[in-house]
Amino acid sequence: MTATVDREHLLSSVEMAHFVSHGAFALQAVVPEEMNERAIEVLDAGIPGYPYGTPLDTAFPTGTFVRELLDLPAIAGAVQSLVGPDPVIDHHAVHIRPPRGGEAQNMHGDAILDTRTDAFDMQLMYYPREVTLEQGGTLSVPGTHLRRINQTGIGRYQNLAGQTRLTCPAGTVVFLHHGIWHGGRRNDSDVARYMFKIRFNPTVRQLRLWNTDDIDDPAVVETLRTSFGWTNANEGRLELVNRAKLWRVLTGDQLFDIDNYLTREQLRPQFVAPGATDVRLGSNATAGGWGL
Amino acid sequence: MTLSVDESFAAKPIDPHLRQQVLILYLGTSALDSEVIGWSRYDGTGRSRPTMGDSDEPPFRTGLDALLAGWRLIQMSQLMPHQPGHEYDVSYLPYEFVFERLVETSR
Repeated sequence: MTATVDREHLLSSVEMAHFVSHGAFALQAVVPEEMNERAIEVLDAGIPGYPYGTPLDTAFPTGTFVRELLDLPAIAGAVQSLVGPDPVIDHHAVHIRPPRGGEAQNMHGDAILDTRTDAFDMQLMYYPREVTLEQGGTLSVPGTHLRRINQTGIGRYQNLAGQTRLTCPAGTVVFLHHGIWHGGRRNDSDVARYMFKIRFNPTVRQLRLWNTDDIDDPAVVETLRTSFGWTNANEGRLELVNRAKLWRVLTGDQLFDIDNYLTREQLRPQFVAPGATDVRLGSNATAGGWGL
Repeated sequence: MTLSVDESFAAKPIDPHLRQQVLILYLGTSALDSEVIGWSRYDGTGRSRPTMGDSDEPPFRTGLDALLAGWRLIQMSQLMPHQPGHEYDVSYLPYEFVFERLVETSR
């Protein structure tokens, strides 16, 4: 059982809204340099795998490097805000892309088409070294996480307006919604690129797990409305509807809306106005039929 | 004389010096003159290897601009009705336009 994180380290509502609109949230250079230096040796040695659903305490007990990483207050706070206390490890992986190595992956979503609308997995990605443009950090497309596609069914999409190539200082940790569209790029530098990934499954309902003190801050809705190049046209409003649906799930507020789309759909009054005429008047004739 | 399928399909084409370059544009709406929101390229000449994430700026602002530059439209996606109960669901990009042009190759 992990300790509950102090409230001051949890994400704010605006930061959660950022995750809901972008499908990602980053903590830049959050890991101390001394740990980043140790990480290289740990990742080079490899980290053993565990069965799906392994509790954190079993996979990474106190005293291990990974647990030390996850116990850093800002990281523990983000994890708890997104997937709650005591999440389990779905899987983890060490990715080392050698200098001048690899080919760009086709764009994809991880795992398989995921039908959940009332829960999500979170993927933590830790970069112990600086990632430069030449090192070919992960390309991802903000805002794509709510689009239901199957794996590399999107492999034909090479570039989308608004895509981002990750560059970050050493010790950066990125938290991703499981559905975000992304792909690894070729390493065109002379330095190996290191990344350690853990996929977490929640074990509690993902309801108000963050610091909700700023829940009514206008910046929350403003952040939920963030648009990206690819959402500027016809798809944009549908994205807002899906973000509003996810925000309803996360806050428990079934009346929350962005731009009235979900509210308007529920406007189906059943009350018959006093001035309406009797439905039996002039409305019961059968169809005329052929030649009549 | 009847050839085998493999023999017939191994016949030299009438334009062996030409190769296809393919441009796929994803537009903001179903209108060909709407803005490009996604783009992919495949190069049949083998002279270049377009890949994921190879550019941040689209090669054309709109689909129509590709026509004006000489690209030939060979397919556009159909407009599919929204499935009842799933009208708000989002998935693959709906407005896909496939263009080609034939270019000379030394091969």
